[in-house]
Amino acid sequence: MKLHEYQSKALFARHGVPIPKGQVASTATEARAIAQELGGRVVVKSQVLVGGRGKAGGIKLAKSPEEAEALAGQILSMTIKGLPVRKVLVDEAADIRKEIYLGITNDRSTRRPVIICSSEGGVEIEEVARTNPDAIVREYVDPLIGLRDYNVRNIALAINLDREHWKAFSAIAMGLYQTYVDTDATLAEINPLVINGDGRMVALDGKIDLDDNALFRHGDLAEMRDLDEESPPETEARKYGLSYVKLDGEIGCLVNGAGLAMGTMDIVKHFGGEPANFLDIGGGAGADKVTAALRIIVAEPRLKAILINIFGGITRCDEVARGVIQAMKEVGITVPMVVRLVGTNEEEGRRLLADAQMITATSLADAAQKAVAAAK
Amino acid sequence: MSILVNKDTRLLVQGITGREGLFHTKQMLAYGTKVVAGVTPGKGGEWVEEKVPVFDTVKAAVESTGANCSVIYVPAKLAPDAMLEAADAGVPFVVCITEGVAVQDMMKVRAYLDLKGVKLLGPNCPGLLTPGEAKVGIIPGHIARAGNVGVVSRSGTLTYEVLNALTQHGMGASTCVGIGGDPVKGLNYIDVLQLFQADSQTEKVVMIGEIGGTDEERAAEYIATRMTKPVVSFIAGQTAPPGRRMGHAGAIIESGAGTAAEKIKALKAANVKVASHPEEIPDLLK
Repeated sequence: MKLHEYQSKALFARHGVPIPKGQVASTATEARAIAQELGGRVVVKSQVLVGGRGKAGGIKLAKSPEEAEALAGQILSMTIKGLPVRKVLVDEAADIRKEIYLGITNDRSTRRPVIICSSEGGVEIEEVARTNPDAIVREYVDPLIGLRDYNVRNIALAINLDREHWKAFSAIAMGLYQTYVDTDATLAEINPLVINGDGRMVALDGKIDLDDNALFRHGDLAEMRDLDEESPPETEARKYGLSYVKLDGEIGCLVNGAGLAMGTMDIVKHFGGEPANFLDIGGGAGADKVTAALRIIVAEPRLKAILINIFGGITRCDEVARGVIQAMKEVGITVPMVVRLVGTNEEEGRRLLADAQMITATSLADAAQKAVAAAK
Repeated sequence: MSILVNKDTRLLVQGITGREGLFHTKQMLAYGTKVVAGVTPGKGGEWVEEKVPVFDTVKAAVESTGANCSVIYVPAKLAPDAMLEAADAGVPFVVCITEGVAVQDMMKVRAYLDLKGVKLLGPNCPGLLTPGEAKVGIIPGHIARAGNVGVVSRSGTLTYEVLNALTQHGMGASTCVGIGGDPVKGLNYIDVLQLFQADSQTEKVVMIGEIGGTDEERAAEYIATRMTKPVVSFIAGQTAPPGRRMGHAGAIIESGAGTAAEKIKALKAANVKVASHPEEIPDLLK
């Protein structure tokens, strides 16, 4: 789950990281009032969960409250990379002397948090990694010990930061790390971290991605979710604990297990079909979950066939069969359904489905070919 | 021989009285696995299936029964505690089936288990199976036969497909190990490949991968430089869009890295035969 810039920066500020004065607005009039209160030049920034807002024209500098109002009006009517702009952040403008990148993420290969820092801030870190990889510094943190002062000194020295800024930089790095820990972030990033004309360091822009698996202990953060980030069926799927990703094809897939769901999509494509979605009902899904999954799949207008592929382990085939039957009663399913049930309680599952009008298959290749044929 | 578990494994089940724990304990017992103890805090003194004693703590269970392997079925919120408890009680091999453990918790758990010298499999994994000897986890036992193929996979159900396909072609597995789909976990491909390379029963290896991370690429490097046994592979997620998490927490193409195409390329460069779909694997093993 991603947080907006204004949400991320507010969390950083709570951990002692200096951020610009500013407030979020949903209307142009509100933006004007904020600009008036701040006085001087302000930056009007679209709050959408995609990168490249500046390039898309979603970040503008205003010299007066009137200009801030006009620009906010423009930006609030924009759609950036498919996402409507519903809020703008109005921040005091900064007098930028230097831009730094400072981020923390989970490093998969070392299984540790890694601090990533670069003296080339203000551009995406992926861009720096491509064009000037030597400008990127990495400091790995022991998860049992946490970030220590010496880690921060290692970074400061490696990016050639002037010693007069080390104290402020250390406080900011510690605050960022604490934010990362306290929110169970998978990414916490300040880009750019600027040094102003008066020598102060400020986090001008920020980004936090949260670990969905940790949201159970962060009710306040879970409520910050922006539903524009996902499509309505994805929101519906999440409610039922289903993993769902919408794709562009015509064969709806209902599968247990993420690997098998991907493998099923791949084999549909291999035999000349196009998957309409990725859908993993997860381990041990009950009938209700299966019914909800079918309701989501059936809502896809381009749907021509459904492929149900279950290999029971922790999931029981009879439970899945009950869900399919319940869905057929509740939702009108008009497209052909190909069903393959193997594993835990498969006989019971097959027996339950014997009376329903379904195409059955034994092997995965057989199921995929039948689904592709049925969609033709 | 086999790897990690066999007929002498003395298994402890954490979360034994829960819905999943109880269901799969019955399956493991029916398979012939030596389930020697169960743990559910607050239910010490009870019995499961009239033959498995339940204890309140792992420490008490290990002291009374000498369990040397633990399998965990507790909910995600409680799983980090369960893994740490098993490690602290001196269990040398911990298998965590639970899906949905927070990543920062896992980084701490793994670091602690490494310090204790405890082997971990999972979380978010189906466990492992040595056909005819021991089933630890949730892999359906009846789909696999004993044989000379070592199987290692990040997926659960996709692994069952492969075991099933092997059986139908008259082949069998030495041990099948599901390492799990989380970004931070215990045993990884290389750890398991190393064990298969050293195992006298294993003659060939099947490695099932998926999008996300670079574990398959690193395994390819290991195969190219250290392995003499032939390896056949399948990589799931060739049709997965970038930037989207495909069910598993670890299955995501980030900043253009971790695609199926890159992994397949690395594996082919290491002389690994890569199947275009899972049921093609038995033919490639012949």
